[in-house]
Amino acid sequence: MPKSPALRRKGEDLGFRTGTGFFAALVVLLVAGIAFVLWRESRLSIAKSGFNFWRTKTWDPVSGEFGALPFIWGTLYSSFLALLISTPVALGIAIFLSELSPRFLRTPLAFLTELLAAIPSIVYGLWGVFVLVPLVRKLEVLTPAWARSLPLFSGPPLGVGMLSAALILAVMIIPFTSSVAREVLKAVPATQREAAYALGATRWEAIQVALRYGRTGVIGAVILGLGRAIGETMAVTMVIGNSPQVVWSLFAPQYTMAAVVANEFTEAADDLYLSALIEIGLVLFVITLFINALSRFLIWSVNREVKAQAPKAAAVPAPAPEVA
Amino acid sequence: MNLNIRLKAALLGLSAGLLLGAPAQAQTVQINGAGATFPFPIYSKWFDEYHKQHPNIEINYASIGSGGGIRQLTNETVFFGASDGPMTNEQLASAPGAVLHFPTVLGGVVPSYNIPGVTANLKFTGAVLAEIYLGKITKWNDPGIAKLNPGVKLPATDIAVVHRSDGSGTTYIWVDYLSKIYPEFKQKVGVATSVNWPAGVGGKGNEGVAGLVKQTPGAIGYVELIYAIQNDISFGDVQNHDGKFVRASLESVTEAAAGATTAMPPDFRVSITNAPGANAYPISSFTWMLFFQNPQDKARAKIMADFFKWALRDGQKYCSELGYAPLPKEVVALELKALEKIKL
Repeated sequence: MPKSPALRRKGEDLGFRTGTGFFAALVVLLVAGIAFVLWRESRLSIAKSGFNFWRTKTWDPVSGEFGALPFIWGTLYSSFLALLISTPVALGIAIFLSELSPRFLRTPLAFLTELLAAIPSIVYGLWGVFVLVPLVRKLEVLTPAWARSLPLFSGPPLGVGMLSAALILAVMIIPFTSSVAREVLKAVPATQREAAYALGATRWEAIQVALRYGRTGVIGAVILGLGRAIGETMAVTMVIGNSPQVVWSLFAPQYTMAAVVANEFTEAADDLYLSALIEIGLVLFVITLFINALSRFLIWSVNREVKAQAPKAAAVPAPAPEVA
Repeated sequence: MNLNIRLKAALLGLSAGLLLGAPAQAQTVQINGAGATFPFPIYSKWFDEYHKQHPNIEINYASIGSGGGIRQLTNETVFFGASDGPMTNEQLASAPGAVLHFPTVLGGVVPSYNIPGVTANLKFTGAVLAEIYLGKITKWNDPGIAKLNPGVKLPATDIAVVHRSDGSGTTYIWVDYLSKIYPEFKQKVGVATSVNWPAGVGGKGNEGVAGLVKQTPGAIGYVELIYAIQNDISFGDVQNHDGKFVRASLESVTEAAAGATTAMPPDFRVSITNAPGANAYPISSFTWMLFFQNPQDKARAKIMADFFKWALRDGQKYCSELGYAPLPKEVVALELKALEKIKL
């Protein structure tokens, strides 16, 4: 006997719900599993170094001294610099493509930016080694002596170092930030811009209105780029110089967390050393989690601000009918 | 001789089995190993050639790095391991059974440099190299370097020190040599596949180091001899134990192993850097295969022992075409004897 349509729908929905729910739960389990394994495998190092792991600078596999500070510093510094360089460029691309570009240019340009995201990081690394690093070295050689005495530009002109890493990271995250930002700008209702133009806004002012409307999305786009920059391994290790130190200099070789794990994992034979490398993974995990939480908070607070302003704005014209 | 007969008998038996037996009987035996990346090309050549001669024997090798090889052997997830540096006493103690080291081939490490305007072959001593890598010598026209190279006009360029960023047997050999020559280096840096470098930048792999040296005026780096030969990278001569400046070559590396034979410990866990011998190249090393002394799988152990005898006798001839220095005869003889220690 055939089931009634209502009953059938109910059964199907239940199956659908359980199925998708299971997949969603899988993600939670995966994250928890990764965290658990990272913690379990790094127990030896945690027990030995404790909190010193986070704040000491010596990484010496020979004597078994492990301090992750230079790697944490390198990861955060390079990612921050990359964001600093890439955000204006990516937003510029997004604005041009969504607001200003002639129609015939739009598709090829969008395609090309997105193509940048599809290039494997090892290819970026090779390009970095053979093209970018020599250019950066030239730039470093040309830097005048007075600038070289500043802590930001000190050190011999090696080419490899923080600046090369930040530049290559910036190129790598531009497509992510720009394509998300472009979608966000596209999703801004036309009424917003029309209203701005109606009030006599210039194009630049109208774009500002659109950016303001979509700011949570724009922040999300930037955070997406940051996530990519923090975890990037291969291209960075090929150009950053791999020298664990905590310095401000853009010209100095430095090191990142992902790079040290990739570099040293295969040859780490003794238990404490291996455990310390896995703890680096754990630290990277915690920092990524923290930054994601921070970005959620940022988006939440921006939203709250918008909501808090909205009733006030509505409240002003509200009494008008009463007066009338 | 006796071994040869046994080998032939085994071969005969095998071929008989192949001829007579049903397909089920001619089952292939797979043996898995893992470890060092440096000898991977020659190992895969050996396993391939041996498989051609013994179609039912398949030896698989994963070149995951020496550390990984030691770990997987200790966890008994592979039948044999391979390493560019000998296992430490603690590592041996933590293994589930006694592990034996067997040298397979030899490698050398060479100093490569890029000094604007200098085309001559430079000469180095271990002490000068150690001081460069400690950051004590910072200019190319330093008297320490100039004294060794009379007639070469060295510029006052800064030395850009390049080392490996990834953990590597190449680094192990390099720092082992510098530590032997220069006590301060041993005390400040020490010997391992990754160390805490007091100076310089790190390049990933031989290609990373060679690339940085090539691009950076004033740079010095160390690369594997094979890599330097195959890529036409020029490198300097190094003073050996007997005081002679020796250019690295497959012959001078083998010479170093021969020089170290007299003092060979029974377990082959020996560093042959700075070995005696007039023509011995001082920055040389064995690479080892690691076997359990009392393996549980006797059938596989027997196959592996037969293979290893073949590798020591016939396999060595593939060395030079792949750019490895072959083992000296003396070491081969010692190893064939030591193979009897494995309880089959």
